[in-house]
Amino acid sequence: MDPNEHALHNAPFLWRTPEPKSTYGAVIVGGGLHGLATAYYLAKNHGMTDIAVVERGWIGNGNAVRNTTIIRSNYLWDESAAMYEHALKLWEGWTEELDYEILFSQRGVLNLAHNLHDVRESVRRVEANRLNGVDAEWLDADGVKEFCPIVDVSPDARYPVMGATLQRRGGIARHDAVIFALGRACDALGVDIIQGCEVTGIDVHDGRVTGLQTSKGPIAAGKVGLVAAGRTSLLTAMAGFDVPIQSHPLQALVSEVYEQVLNCVVMSNAVHVYVSQAHKGELVMGAGIDAFNSYAQRGGLHVIEEQMSAGMQLFPHFSRARLLRTWGGIVDVCPDASPIVGLTPVENLYVNCGWGTGGFKATPGSGYVMAHTIATGEPHALNRPFSLTRFETGELIDEHGAAAVAH
Amino acid sequence: MFQIRCPYCGPRDEPEFKYGGQAHVAYPADPEALSDEEWARFLFFRDNARGRYAERWNHAAGCRRWFNVIRDTGTHEMVGSYQVGEQPLDAR
Repeated sequence: MDPNEHALHNAPFLWRTPEPKSTYGAVIVGGGLHGLATAYYLAKNHGMTDIAVVERGWIGNGNAVRNTTIIRSNYLWDESAAMYEHALKLWEGWTEELDYEILFSQRGVLNLAHNLHDVRESVRRVEANRLNGVDAEWLDADGVKEFCPIVDVSPDARYPVMGATLQRRGGIARHDAVIFALGRACDALGVDIIQGCEVTGIDVHDGRVTGLQTSKGPIAAGKVGLVAAGRTSLLTAMAGFDVPIQSHPLQALVSEVYEQVLNCVVMSNAVHVYVSQAHKGELVMGAGIDAFNSYAQRGGLHVIEEQMSAGMQLFPHFSRARLLRTWGGIVDVCPDASPIVGLTPVENLYVNCGWGTGGFKATPGSGYVMAHTIATGEPHALNRPFSLTRFETGELIDEHGAAAVAH
Repeated sequence: MFQIRCPYCGPRDEPEFKYGGQAHVAYPADPEALSDEEWARFLFFRDNARGRYAERWNHAAGCRRWFNVIRDTGTHEMVGSYQVGEQPLDAR
C-alpha cells in the first residue's frame, strides 16, 4: 500500500492535497514543523501566498511526531537565548493565533545539577538568562523536592540532586496538534501542501536557483527554502554545496499510560535523561543521539536502556512503569550544536537546518526568521549569527554543554 | 545494536566500541597554507552521505585499538572492517 494513502485520504479534513502547479513564487522543501511554520509566516507576515510546501512522505511522518515536545528558552549564549525566547513568546500566543488547541502547558522545566560543576554552570546560566530577559530561577535540593515531589533528592543517591534551574514558562505542547494547526493555517492562507513529492534535483543556473525536479515532475520556483532536518545534506549536494551537518538517530520512548504523577519537565545532564508526562498520561523520555551516522530512523536498544536506567535514578517511583513504545528520528547535528538559518552560496536558495536534538521548541521562531530571510533575501537580526559562514569566520555559537542539555 | 567486527578481536557488541566519525580524513599537509575556508572544511565538514560510509571505531572496552568499518548509513548493513593503514574495502 502506498504509505501516503492513509494520510492522503484523511488529510483533506484539515488541508487540501493538491497536485503541484508548474511554478511557484517560493517552494519550501520539507513539510515538518519548521517547513510548515516557514510557509505560515511567509503567507501571514510577508503576503506571499503563491507558495508550496513539498514533502517526500506525508505531513506528520518525520521528526514532527518523533520529538519529546519540550519547550524552553534557557540557553546560555545571547544569540541562542534571543532565538529561543522569540520562539517561546510565539508559542505563548499560538493556540489563540492558530485557533487550535495545541495544549501548550507551561508547567516548568527543571534542569538538575548533580555535582559542583553542574551547580556553577547552572547558576551562571540562570544569571545569563535573566540578563537576556529569559525567566530563570535557581532552586536548591529542597526547592526541587517542593516543586517536583517525585524526584529522588536523597543525599545518598549515586548522583545526588544538588539543585536545579527552573524555567517556569517552559513546558510541553501536543506535537500532533501543532502539525494539524499549522497545516490547516497554511492551507487557509493558500499554501499548497504537496505530500508524496520527493525532490530529486535542484536546478541552478548562473548561481541562482530556478526550480526543483521532483517525483511529481519539475516545479519552477523563484525562491527555494530547504527545511529538511536530517536529509539536508542530500539536498544541498544537489545544489552543489555542503553543510557541516552529521545525521544521527535520536531515540525516545513512552511508557504505558498512567495517572498524572509528574507535574513538570525534568532534565538531567549528568544522569542524562529528560522526562515529562504527556497530557494523555504516558511518561515521555529521551536522551542523547546514537553516536553513528544514519538515515535509518532507528538506533540501538542499549541507548533506550541507558535512558531508562537514568530515569530510574531520578524517579525510583517509575520502577514498575512499563515501556510501551520506542522510536528513532534522524537529527541534523552541527559542530557547535547550533542551527544554520540563512543564505547559501546559491542565490535565492535558503537553508534552515542543524537544529539537531532540540528543534521542536524552536518551531515558531525558526519559521518566523526563515520566512523573513526568504521574503527579504536577508537574514532577520535573530538568525544573522546562525549563518553558514560562521564556520569560516570562527564565530561559532557553541552550545555543546552550554545549552542546558548534553548532546 | 550493531555487532561490529574488530579486526583484532573479532565480532563484539556495539557498547564495547566508541565511534570516531568519517575515516581517512588526512591532516592537512601544509596547515599554514590553508585559507579560512579550507580550514573550515577540514575542521567542520565531513561526508554525510546516505549509503556506504567509511568510518572509524575504537574498541574501547576491548583491545582499545582504532580501526575502520564500511557501513551503509541507509540500511545499517555492516560491509566489513579493516585495520588502520589498509586501503578501504570499497574504495569510494
